[in-house]
Amino acid sequence: MLVVNGKSILNGIAIGPLLVYHKADAAVSSATALTPQEEWTRFEDACEKVKEHLADLYEKALEDVGEENAAIFEIHQMMLEDEDYLDAVKDMLETQGTSAEYAASTVGDQFSASFAAMDDAYMQARAADVRDVSHQVVNMLTGRTDGTLLGDRPVILVADDLTPSETIQLDKSKLLGFITRHGSSNSHTAILARTMNIPALVGVDIDESWDGQMAVLDGYHHCAHINPTPDLLSSMEEKRKQDLEDQAALQKLKGLANVTLNGTEVNVYANIGNVGDVGLVVQNDAGGIGLFRSEFIYLEADDYPTEEQQFIIYKRVVQAMAGKKVVFRTLDIGADKQAAYFHLDDEANPAMGYRAIRICLTRKDIFKQQLRAMLRASAFGTVSIMFPMIISVQEVREAKHVLAECREELVSEGEAIGEVELGIMVETPAAVMMADELAEEVSFFSLGTNDLTQYTLAIDRQNSKLDAINDPHHPAVLRMIRHTIEAGHRHNCWVGICGELGADPTLTETFLRMGVDELSVSPASVLPLRRRIRSLDLNQEPETQVPACDPCK
Amino acid sequence: MKQFQYTVSDPMGIHARPAGLLVKVTKPLDSTITIQKADGKSAQSTKLMAVMGLAIKAGNTVTVTVEGGNEEDNFRTIQQFFQENL
Repeated sequence: MLVVNGKSILNGIAIGPLLVYHKADAAVSSATALTPQEEWTRFEDACEKVKEHLADLYEKALEDVGEENAAIFEIHQMMLEDEDYLDAVKDMLETQGTSAEYAASTVGDQFSASFAAMDDAYMQARAADVRDVSHQVVNMLTGRTDGTLLGDRPVILVADDLTPSETIQLDKSKLLGFITRHGSSNSHTAILARTMNIPALVGVDIDESWDGQMAVLDGYHHCAHINPTPDLLSSMEEKRKQDLEDQAALQKLKGLANVTLNGTEVNVYANIGNVGDVGLVVQNDAGGIGLFRSEFIYLEADDYPTEEQQFIIYKRVVQAMAGKKVVFRTLDIGADKQAAYFHLDDEANPAMGYRAIRICLTRKDIFKQQLRAMLRASAFGTVSIMFPMIISVQEVREAKHVLAECREELVSEGEAIGEVELGIMVETPAAVMMADELAEEVSFFSLGTNDLTQYTLAIDRQNSKLDAINDPHHPAVLRMIRHTIEAGHRHNCWVGICGELGADPTLTETFLRMGVDELSVSPASVLPLRRRIRSLDLNQEPETQVPACDPCK
Repeated sequence: MKQFQYTVSDPMGIHARPAGLLVKVTKPLDSTITIQKADGKSAQSTKLMAVMGLAIKAGNTVTVTVEGGNEEDNFRTIQQFFQENL
């Protein structure tokens, strides 16, 4: 048995024989007996035929993977109509008297190389698109084909690279998965595979000798087992079967309520960091966005993002959620999240350093830009704003004061603003101890359990030496959570959990018994959490002991 | 000649899809439309790979120049296109 590693595109398992795919040899002859004009006519005819074929692929993709993903085949057609591309081919035919296939291949390589050289991962990935269309024109001109990709039995395809056109043409009933040497998780091929729900590994050091051998592609662990042992094979087959059943069962939960057998209902929202993930929130049927990490806008930028840039992003998120709640967390930068243009000093203890609200309250120009953008977005849906790393009532009052200032400014400028609900992250022991007073100031609490665990247990979460004693189920942490929920409820605040613990199924029952109102988790965890909630009956004896009540733990 | 400046807000910048749309929208127009980045690099709006080659990202400000033909109408069309799509 051989184990190879790569980058997985999808969490899934494929099991089956490998088929190594060879592309038609790319070398083409430059010699021709025809005139440049005749070669040009050949080239134009070939382009027309390829475009017709691409139009068919577009229609197929439209049905299989939707408009957004099908668009690439329209782009491919347009590449063949690109004036610069056509001029370069024509020029080569006229000045060098080569064959049309040689010119198409050379010019395709040139354009592809210029994309590959760009300082931008997205544009680098477009090099494959240019190569793909040129390759199709060359095949059309030479009458070559890449051979039928798949035979009559289902296989895991092994190739140097797969282009989007190849991927979409694959017969899905015969394709179990694929393994390629090249390609990035950002490529259109990867996106198509993900949408088509095909497990795939890219960046694998492939070998021709694998042809015909049995393999297990394990997307969860970014690896493939070539020629697996019978034991591994049978255990992975079992896992794959469970996987498929699991996915099918989860899909059936869409549209259902997050309610326990005894009728306790809780909101399940999603945590995201950028606009691109809103699709996942909707796809997984989350009831709202419980944590929008606004710092990602700052981390991805080279300079302070303007109010306008932020407004457009917030507005898109709010509009996409169509009235469902969106909780924006204000800038939580510092500690392990650094942006060079902030020029933050190196600190001996950054987790307890100058970060989050501490930066915002001393650099109000930055804070105000962000708050103004969030307030303006509130005109387009349901917006909540929450402040991170709070330790005192004074901080909340100061932040509210800045917010009120922004609101007044915007109103006097004639901007439309909606109702905005206000809350804080409870992630410091200080905030837990002050929860009663803090609850008087805001409408909701969101427990950030990652930092709360780190501060409560005095365990640096970046220090792997401490992993053994870093127990987020520690009664101290759970008591902090219970205390916060109870204090919040005494003052009519709703209380949610947006840290990793929120998705921990072994604690769901505990949290529900504590009376938590909302759990915000990664989009992929929404449906598994819904299933867990729907299986619980709080009128029965506790399934899991509540360790918060067990001092001996 | 008419000109306007625009700061791209689409988080993906002018990637393949909007570049394709831009070509589609501007091809039928009778003006020459040029997109120029702050670093001086420019491309004609009808040339897909050249526009993609500018690698315009969110936050980049571009200067769009409309020259010849029915400048008035074409200016409005292209300005509207930027506001709605980019």
